[in-house]
Amino acid sequence: MLVAAALAALAGCAPVDGGGAGGADSPGRTLTVFAAASLTGTFEELGERFERDHPGTEVEFGFAGSSQLAAQINEGAPADVFASADARTMDSVAEAGNTAGEPVVFVRNTLEIAVPRGNPAGITGLADLADPGVAVALCAEEVPCGAAAAQALDAAGVRVTPVSLEEDVKAALTKVELGEVDAALVYRTDVLAGDAVEGIPFDEAAGAANDYPIAVLAEAPHPGLARDWVDWVCSADAQRVFRDAGFTAR
Amino acid sequence: MTPGSPPAEAAPPEAAGTRRAAALRVRAGRFPWPLVVPALIGLAFLVLPFAGLLVRAPWASLGTRLLLPEVRGALWLSLTTATAATAVSVLLGVPLAWLLARTAFPGRRLVRALVTVPMVIPPVVGGVALLLALGRRGLVGGYLDAWFGVSLPFTPAAVVLAQVFVAMPFLVISVEGALRGADRRYEEAAATLGASRAVVFWRVTLPMVAPGVAAGAVLAWARALGEFGATITFAGNFPGRTQTMPLAVYLAMQESPESAIVLSLVLLAVSLGVLVALRDRWTGAL
Repeated sequence: MLVAAALAALAGCAPVDGGGAGGADSPGRTLTVFAAASLTGTFEELGERFERDHPGTEVEFGFAGSSQLAAQINEGAPADVFASADARTMDSVAEAGNTAGEPVVFVRNTLEIAVPRGNPAGITGLADLADPGVAVALCAEEVPCGAAAAQALDAAGVRVTPVSLEEDVKAALTKVELGEVDAALVYRTDVLAGDAVEGIPFDEAAGAANDYPIAVLAEAPHPGLARDWVDWVCSADAQRVFRDAGFTAR
Repeated sequence: MTPGSPPAEAAPPEAAGTRRAAALRVRAGRFPWPLVVPALIGLAFLVLPFAGLLVRAPWASLGTRLLLPEVRGALWLSLTTATAATAVSVLLGVPLAWLLARTAFPGRRLVRALVTVPMVIPPVVGGVALLLALGRRGLVGGYLDAWFGVSLPFTPAAVVLAQVFVAMPFLVISVEGALRGADRRYEEAAATLGASRAVVFWRVTLPMVAPGVAAGAVLAWARALGEFGATITFAGNFPGRTQTMPLAVYLAMQESPESAIVLSLVLLAVSLGVLVALRDRWTGAL
């Protein structure tokens, strides 16, 4: 599993074999893309442009937690492409033999400390989160943002007792937006997309960044179109969209 | 009345019952397929998913998984909070049901609709609403925090509040239905005999609707036990403090479906056991 994770991390946005214009697929087709919830905004924007470049094609998205989507794919959900928020989740799909070819990493997301606007608790860095008077929400370690947060805190040698281990990154962000916690560790992209929150970058985030792999699925109803989507996501134009949203492009 | 010659119109109840059953048999004649077939399909639909769980359960590692301290912690928290939530629901819900069933006041229909709102809105939204009302920046919670230093979110008390919010409507609806179905002449008779309003309520009304209260309490308990959305939103998720069984199941699902299945089976077994035991003991009228 570790080897597979390393491979996924190394692959990068290399050209996917057998690209082409997807001519084998008939018009009036629907491309189904399962993607991590954190990709919602960027993928929808990319989807509109993809539809413009592929007349007669419709792109449908299933956005949810990566682990949930992986479970659905492994149970036979009919999707063409899967984009996950971490390598570990993609591995669970690849190991089950449900990807066609090697997953490639197309963006990277780093953690930031999100605080309510005005930063009422006066947080300046990761060490402040260890203060027992500071209410902190983290993601649960079962989900990618929680695994990354644990890694970052370990690297910094900071021990945090959170008030809650949230089920996903959006739930953690909501607690900050409502002012119910003083800080949460969330992705940079979520800070940029959130209302009434400020982001505080920290050095240890670099070592705990999440690579986002994408892969065409083995049972894809439209494999040609699916490969086009992966190429599009890796293109310079698409990478600009990701950078604007706060991702680190590859 | 001479012994041995009971009047024909006052036949013993068993005899009357037998005669009615015989008449029904004669009239119906055939097996009631139009009812039994959809009933069986309905039953299969409800039971089949559990069969799916049982088939996929990792029986070999069941024992070791059950002994994990997190599992016991979550189960204990679930049982205690659901019971506390049921107690609060009864204490507040029975008087509320009485108000709706026995008194007339302007806007009663609106109040009844409001009572059922938590049954309709997604529990996650209920959780956000609770945060906005009782959170430390909330409508009421802000004052609790400022005046008493009390912050409810992320505490076991918040788990109970979230459960009361979603479960109490079930109790209110059940008790209100029982009150409307109860014969008011008994209450009137007690009142004309000099019983005060409180005495009438305690000695006449409450015993009459006891089966409705019990049924409502069981429904509320079951709803509270399975509560997820409002809990994870308002009380957060922390093992031993606010992580109830449904939350533990959801998070286990992210990593290992087997663990989630085991936790679900535990919850299923415990709740079935409690409900069956209660049914025999004090909800015979259900």
